[in-house]
Amino acid sequence: MVEKKARYQNRIELLQGTLDLLILQTLQWGPQHGYGISVAIRSRSGELLRVDTGSLYPALHRLEKQKWIAAQWRISENKQRAKFYQLTASGKKQLTRERSKWSQLSEAIAGVLQAEEK
Amino acid sequence: MSFWQRKRREAELDDEVRSHLEMAARERVERGEAGVEAERAARREFGNVGLVKEVAREVWGWGSLDRLMQDLRFGVRMLAKSRGFTAVAILTLALGIGANTALFSVVNSVLLNPLPYPEPEQLMTLHESKPNFEAGSISWLNFRDWRKDNSTFSMMGLWRNLSFTLTGAGEAEQLRAQLISSDFLPLLGVKPVIGRFFYEGEDEIGAAPIAVISAGFWERKFGSTPEVLGKALTLEGRSYSIVGVIPASFKLQVGWFRASEVYVPIGQWNNPLLKSRAGGLGLHGLGRLKPGATIQQARADMLRVTEHLAEEYPDADKGIGATLIPLKELMVGKVRLLLLVLLAAVGFVLLIACVNVANLLLVRSAGRAREFAVRAALGAGRGRIVRQLLTESMVLSLAGGGLGLLVAVWGTKVALQHLPSGLPRANEIGMDWKVLLFTGGIALLCGVVFGLVPALKISRPNLQETLKEGGRGTGGVKQRARGVFVVAEMAMALVLLIAAGLMIRSLNALWRVNPGFDARNVLTFGVSLSPSMRDASPDAIRATLRQVQSKLASTPGIRAISLSWAAVPLSDDDEDLFWIEGQPKPASENDMSWAISYVVQEDYLKVMGISLERGRFFTTQDNERAAHVVVVDDVFARKFFGDQDPIGKRINLNNKGGAAEIVGVVGHVKQWGLDTDDKQSLRAELYFPYMQLPEEAMRLSAGGTGVLVRFDGPMEGTAAALRTALKEVNSDQVMFGAQTMEEIIAESLAARRVSMIMLGVFGGLALGLASMGIYGVISYLVGQRTHEIGIRMALGARQADVLRMVLGEGMKMVVLGVVIGLLAAAGLTRLMANLLFGVSATDPLTFAGVGMILTLVALAACFVPARRAMRVDPIVALRYE
Repeated sequence: MVEKKARYQNRIELLQGTLDLLILQTLQWGPQHGYGISVAIRSRSGELLRVDTGSLYPALHRLEKQKWIAAQWRISENKQRAKFYQLTASGKKQLTRERSKWSQLSEAIAGVLQAEEK
Repeated sequence: MSFWQRKRREAELDDEVRSHLEMAARERVERGEAGVEAERAARREFGNVGLVKEVAREVWGWGSLDRLMQDLRFGVRMLAKSRGFTAVAILTLALGIGANTALFSVVNSVLLNPLPYPEPEQLMTLHESKPNFEAGSISWLNFRDWRKDNSTFSMMGLWRNLSFTLTGAGEAEQLRAQLISSDFLPLLGVKPVIGRFFYEGEDEIGAAPIAVISAGFWERKFGSTPEVLGKALTLEGRSYSIVGVIPASFKLQVGWFRASEVYVPIGQWNNPLLKSRAGGLGLHGLGRLKPGATIQQARADMLRVTEHLAEEYPDADKGIGATLIPLKELMVGKVRLLLLVLLAAVGFVLLIACVNVANLLLVRSAGRAREFAVRAALGAGRGRIVRQLLTESMVLSLAGGGLGLLVAVWGTKVALQHLPSGLPRANEIGMDWKVLLFTGGIALLCGVVFGLVPALKISRPNLQETLKEGGRGTGGVKQRARGVFVVAEMAMALVLLIAAGLMIRSLNALWRVNPGFDARNVLTFGVSLSPSMRDASPDAIRATLRQVQSKLASTPGIRAISLSWAAVPLSDDDEDLFWIEGQPKPASENDMSWAISYVVQEDYLKVMGISLERGRFFTTQDNERAAHVVVVDDVFARKFFGDQDPIGKRINLNNKGGAAEIVGVVGHVKQWGLDTDDKQSLRAELYFPYMQLPEEAMRLSAGGTGVLVRFDGPMEGTAAALRTALKEVNSDQVMFGAQTMEEIIAESLAARRVSMIMLGVFGGLALGLASMGIYGVISYLVGQRTHEIGIRMALGARQADVLRMVLGEGMKMVVLGVVIGLLAAAGLTRLMANLLFGVSATDPLTFAGVGMILTLVALAACFVPARRAMRVDPIVALRYE
């Protein structure tokens, strides 16, 4: 059990930056519950990114704790009670920061890769 | 995060996960999957629900606390399920922890805590070192020079205990008083409740009579009114003006000093020897080192001072030095060894208790092997199982610790009533944070110690084996652990029992020591004449004393009576300086010979049952008008006259009126105690007739003289009758300090008796626990091997074979334990050699006897389960499986 948990936590760490970014980005289009977020990420990535629930929920709770997202119980379009997450003001700022960080990172990586091609 | 917030989050997390699963399942259904199938797939896709929840929970930082709560709940539930086990375990631990806590609270208060005075490490007691006395009394004149000439002490005080007759304030009574010099109370940092203490110079001879009283006395006699200042107190017929009150918190007890009702400046003492530089009056000093000064510097400094005095006053001070002993050392030095031995003993008891509980846990965990194998198979990590088991043992040990604290509070109270009254700092004994910390610490340590071994053993199960065998398979490893436990228990119990045995043998030897007198039915007490007699002529005092003596002698039940001055066997001591006639008078007092001095009357031998060996004892004719005579003991005769007959020889007494003829020789009396008398250098004893006392001494004796009587019947009635008789002669006469000689002897042995009783109790406890331990292990083994025994018997083993096999199994452990115990005891009892008397620390008889007793008890403990094994019915045993 100890080893298994460690594995899950490792994966969280690996995905941490990007998963947070993806969640925040997904929530920019409006409040969404955990399941919705995972579906949204999957479909928007063309089924390429599958978000592991073992990472998703800890990440959601972590973001909530940092007050970048806020949670609220609501009835979903399917008349189901679900916990909806929603971006907060500081969450929006964080999203901007994460996005610029990401674009810097991807530019940098792209630069390195292109330089190698030459 | 609060408990309720946590609860809410927990429920929310459950809901959230559930809604996720429902939505995922619904979508699958919408895509055309079957209901049950969809639900299962959604769940599979989600992963380990419990794990996801746990990780999510950890985000909020309450995972470990939560787990602890879970473990605790589970642990308590498991313990509640096996009540018998839990009760035995907790009680065992409570006894062990309680006994340790009680003893530690004593050690803590007596040995560890600093004395309750400011900068206590600066406080040194001061004594004169002289021939025969390493820490002898200081003369007043020497003290004044010490105080003046030293450069390492900021203050120096002097004390001496005394009793005063108080009159003019209700019925005449005897008060305990202390004579002190001006600096004595200030150097201890004591502050008066009201008024003041003595100023510099007020302790000089001839100063105005003033007194300080205790808060208790202030309340009893004056109702705590502040108007007490300036009031007069009539002590020994003299009027003292009260100048201050000392707080009730002042409880110093060191040497003969006792916090008392009245304190008077030393200069008020009417003892003429106060003016003698060589006077040995039982005065001892107390000094406060200057900040930064060390005891070595102080010793060097005092050496300089005393050497200078020896040059200046060779007659009195030649060979006189100063002895410095830290105050705390003088107070508690004597009991340190005893307390540490007891603490070690009680530590052994706790170890045995721990081993026993570990054993119980092992047996129990063997029964739970399946439970843990199942949990391990379901994915519980080893750490998780060890943590669970440790939590359980912690619950046990903390419960044991809590109960133990109650045992300790009660035990300390009981122990204090039975500890020798002389236990220093007894009034300071109590619980404080250090004791609580100690209890908590050992409780936790116990939990780890007895919990870890079973936990480690059980958490490394051979899964397949255990699950397959239905719990029957217990590896040989566990058996070995149990065997080691039993061996250790046996060894420790043996060490304790040997220690107790040695104390019993010592005490036995001491009781058989002939003190040189017959202590049965002897009563000793003090009598002070009416204060109006204080300034009377020696003739008048003698007349009154004779009147008192004949009145007391005619009291019913009194068989013999003698007034007594100076030394009393086993309690007070006093010495005489002399030189043998025919030899030149020694140049100084330091060159004279010493003898213990008894000043008694003609019936003294009859009262004390001392044997007369040669010549005669005193008669009524040996009075103030007759020529001076003395009687010596056989030690004196041998030491100073060798083979010659001392009778008819004459000696010159330095302080008792010159030459006296030796008229008799009596048996030696163990003045210094049953145990230590033989080792003392000063043992020669000298008897002097009471009525021949010099005039100054006779005057002093009016203030309080000793009386010894041999009586028939109950002691209380006799004491009461004597008291009445005394009052009939003069209502201002006071009787005080009544004590039987047997009590005095018992008191001198009290410390040893207490340590014997306590070691005995601990040894008994250890024996009981160890027997329980071996009984449990053998029972368990028999239970485990019922099947095997059945087969053996089916194959033709006889009952006797089975019995021998099981007993042999037990005896292997016992014998090994006893051998190890004997070796350990041989090493450890040497540490208590100073507590022993008349028996060597490795006394073969005790070692062999105790070893035998332990073996027999253990054998008996093994015999019960062995008989059960013998009765195994092979058919039943085989069918049962």
